[in-house]
Formats: sequence, C-alpha cells, structure tokens
Amino acid sequence: MQDKEKQLLEMIAGIRGFQPGTAFNLRMNGEGVERHSTEQVTIRPKSDQNGIDIIVKPNAKEESIHIPVLLTNSGVSDLVYNDFYIGENAQVEIVAGCGIHNDGCDTSQHDGIHTFHIGKNAKVTYTEKHIGEGNGSGARILNPTTIVHMEEGSYMEMDMSQIKGVDSTKRNTECYLQEKAKLVISERLMTHGDQYAYSDVSVYLNGAGSVVQIISRSIGKDTSTQVFHPIAVGNAPCRAHVQCDSILMDQAKISSIPEISANHVDAQIVHEAAIGKINSEQLIKLQTFGLSEEEAEAVIIEGFLK
Amino acid sequence: MLTLSHLSFEANGNQIIRDLSAEIEQGSFTVITGPNGGGKSTLARLIMGMAQPKEGRIVWKGQDITQLSVSERAKLGIGYAFQQPPRFKGMSVAKLLSLAHGRELSHEETCGYLSAVGLCANDYLNRDVDASLSGGEVKRIEIATLLARDLELAIFDEPEAGIDLWSFAKLVETFGQLHENKKLSILLISHQERIMNMADEIWIVENGAIKRQGKRAEILPSLMEDLPSCEYKK
Repeated sequence: MQDKEKQLLEMIAGIRGFQPGTAFNLRMNGEGVERHSTEQVTIRPKSDQNGIDIIVKPNAKEESIHIPVLLTNSGVSDLVYNDFYIGENAQVEIVAGCGIHNDGCDTSQHDGIHTFHIGKNAKVTYTEKHIGEGNGSGARILNPTTIVHMEEGSYMEMDMSQIKGVDSTKRNTECYLQEKAKLVISERLMTHGDQYAYSDVSVYLNGAGSVVQIISRSIGKDTSTQVFHPIAVGNAPCRAHVQCDSILMDQAKISSIPEISANHVDAQIVHEAAIGKINSEQLIKLQTFGLSEEEAEAVIIEGFLK
Repeated sequence: MLTLSHLSFEANGNQIIRDLSAEIEQGSFTVITGPNGGGKSTLARLIMGMAQPKEGRIVWKGQDITQLSVSERAKLGIGYAFQQPPRFKGMSVAKLLSLAHGRELSHEETCGYLSAVGLCANDYLNRDVDASLSGGEVKRIEIATLLARDLELAIFDEPEAGIDLWSFAKLVETFGQLHENKKLSILLISHQERIMNMADEIWIVENGAIKRQGKRAEILPSLMEDLPSCEYKK
C-alpha cells in the first residue's frame, strides 16, 4: 500500500495495515486485495455477485472485524453486497467504511449494500466512516444501504459518520427489531461546498420490549444540502426516541422530515428535531476564555460531531 | 486598576447606561447591586467587551481596552461568568474547564475546581454541559470555569441565581477564598446580603448610573432605604 492509501485507511478504520491475525477484508478499486478469517469469524467471497459473507460463530467473543473499502483510481464505480451472519450470543466489533481519493476528472462511486442477520442475544458494534478527498474535478459519490434484522434480545450500536469530501450521498438504512432487541444509531454528518446528502432511516419495532434510539447530528456549510427522513414504526409495546440536531452555516439548506407511526397502544415513540445556526452565546462564552471566533466555532463543531 | 470613564450605552433607542464613571482597585471585592433593569448586567457586559459603549472609555492597567474584542480582553486576564450560561452539546465538563484553563487539565486539577463549587467531581467530569444538567449545575460549572482561569479581574453576573441553599453556602466560602488571594479583583452582581457582607466596596446601580457607592460599612446599613419601594405599597 502507498502512503496515500495508508492515510485513508487510518482515517476510515483507525488502522494502517492488513491487521494480520484478525478477521479482515480490504477492497480497493473494485477488487478484493487482502482477506483473512479467524477461528471464530469466516470471511468468504460471494460466488454469484460482488461482495463477501461474514459469518461469526455463536458465542464468539472479543472479535474485531475490519472490512474497509478504498477507491483511489478516478472513474471507478463499485457495487458490492456484504452479508453479515452473527451467531447467537456472539460479541463483535465491526469497522467498515469507505475512503475515496479522486485526483481525476471522472466520477468515483461506491455503493455498499450491507445486510446484517443478528442472532439471539448477540451484541454488535458497527462503525462506518466515509471520507472523500483529492484534487480532481471528478465527483466522489457514496450510496450506502444497510439492512438490519435483529433477533430476540440482540443489541446493536451503529455509528455512522461522513465528515468531509463526499460530494453526493444517499443513505438508506432499514432495521427490523424482534422481542427485546435494542438498537442505537448515531449519525454524524458534515457537508460543505455544494454537496448533497440524503438519509432515510426506517426502523420497524416488531417485538415486545424492543427499543431504538436514533441520534443524528449534522452541520451544513457553504451551499450544501441535507435531507433527513427518519421513520419509526411501533408494531408492538416498544420505545423509540429519534433526535435530529443540525447546525446551519453560510447558505446551506437542511430539511428534517420525521415520520412516526404507532400501531400498538403501548408503543411510545418520540421525535425531536432542531435546526439552527451556532448559538452566539456559545461563541461569546468561548471567547471569554481567549479563543478567537474561528477557534470557538471549530471547538463547537468538533464537540457537536463528537 | 480598572477605570470606567463616562460610559454610556443605548439599545433600541433606550439609554441603558448613562455617563457612568467608576474605578476598581487591585485585589478589591466590589458588589454591584440595585433594582432589576437598572443596567447592572449591561455594565458587566461592557467591561467584558460583549457590548460596545456609545461613549466613554474603559482603561485596564493603563491600557485603553474600549475597542478590544472579548477574546483580547480575556487574554489580558479578564473573565466573565454568565447569569444564564449557554449549554454545549457534545462538550464534556472536563473539556470546558480545560478550554477555560488554556491547556489540558489533569484529573486532579479538574476535580479541584469542581469541588470548589460544591460538585462531586467524579459524577460530572465526563458529562456533557448540555440540557441534561439542571440550571444550578450549569451555573456552578460556569463559576468553576472562572476558577480554572488565571485571572486578574473576575466578573460574576448574579452567581447565586438558580443555586440551592447548600451550594450557596459553599459558593460564599469559595468567593471568600478568592478574595483572600489579593491578586484577583472581583466584580460581582448580587442581591444577597451574605455576599455583600464580603464586599470591600458596594455600588448601587439604578437607571443606568451609580446612585451611590462606597465602603461596605457606609452602604450596607442604609441599603434598603436606597432601593425604590413598590409604587403599589406607597
């Protein structure tokens, strides 16, 4: 790997190499580059389409799975299907993410379709970071789809962030929760220039005692546009809390379109949304510590997207 | 140390501060009191640079700071505690105190500042300064941010507002300790007799001007006579 690729890998997955001895799959410019499995986690390529199956044995513990994707050649368009099968009682951490470095004039695009099947009482932490960079005029496009099926008593934490450099993104997330399943989704997004980001998150709470918490924080700069469309549907005694907070800067535009439905008398579903510019009192407070207005703004944004 | 000369300030055509002049000595503890809407908070904001006077000068240790920004005044050792502190999503108490201090504080140092305002440090270090904290908690953290700074002038706008009785006692003790350190001058807006009892000097600000000022012993005994009574009671 070249330095450019190592840097991208570090930004999206917090690693600089192939992580020998762990479950690992690196996809670069539309092809699998390096793959290894462990005793508890098998990663194998699909025979009928692009992508991999990740199979975690029941009761697997302390497994950290990295499946990063890099696009460093201009003009690559990559569609990939990754299916995760998490065995009962397993506890795993999965780090995905995509980094695009486009110095050319052609569009680079990665559409990753991830489907999770999470077994009874399994616990999954999923982190997905998206970053775009490079000086080319070619667009950097990411359209991730994530589908999650959660069995009884399972737990999933999804942390999805896209902080800079992606010109256009359309994210689709669908989750289906059985009895006592608990899902926590954190979305962090910052757009700048004339970028466009659209996010559909649909959560269906089908089992008694299922819980979902969605926290979305975003910052829109320059003339960028963001649209959020969180949907929570309660079909059983359940709890859902959706919170969308956005900071608007420059001439950016942000829309938050919540949709909540309760089809059971004991479904409790709450949605909160707020869009506004940075609070001037916050800026002044930090200036009373000696920070400049620009430094204060940076500190507020950093904390907000933490 | 701080000289206010003929300050005036207008907002929406209303005269909020009228030709106000005063001085603060190094190491002194000055309490500003007076009726609501009299201009106390505006005066404090003018000193910190959060508002610009229409006329007049502010001189700090011989330097005219009238045109300096909030940040520039902060760097000269002036600090300000808000009456209603802003909250920050995603900013931990420890991070806010480190920002106030100007460098990363150790666990021990952070705990020291929080304990000084009556907060059990371990419960708060990693909590965010957001809507999950009560008004009193945010207020105490606000005061801790001033303790964490290396200040020469600390301005407090009604620090007691929104704080429960137990914490108030702790706060009075903290101000007492601050005052013992004669390097720090304190300018504090308050209506509390216990706080006024610690003051070297008291200013009664009413209708945008200092109606009376003097040593605590001169002002405090007759303070109630100075404050306007309710028209309805007359």
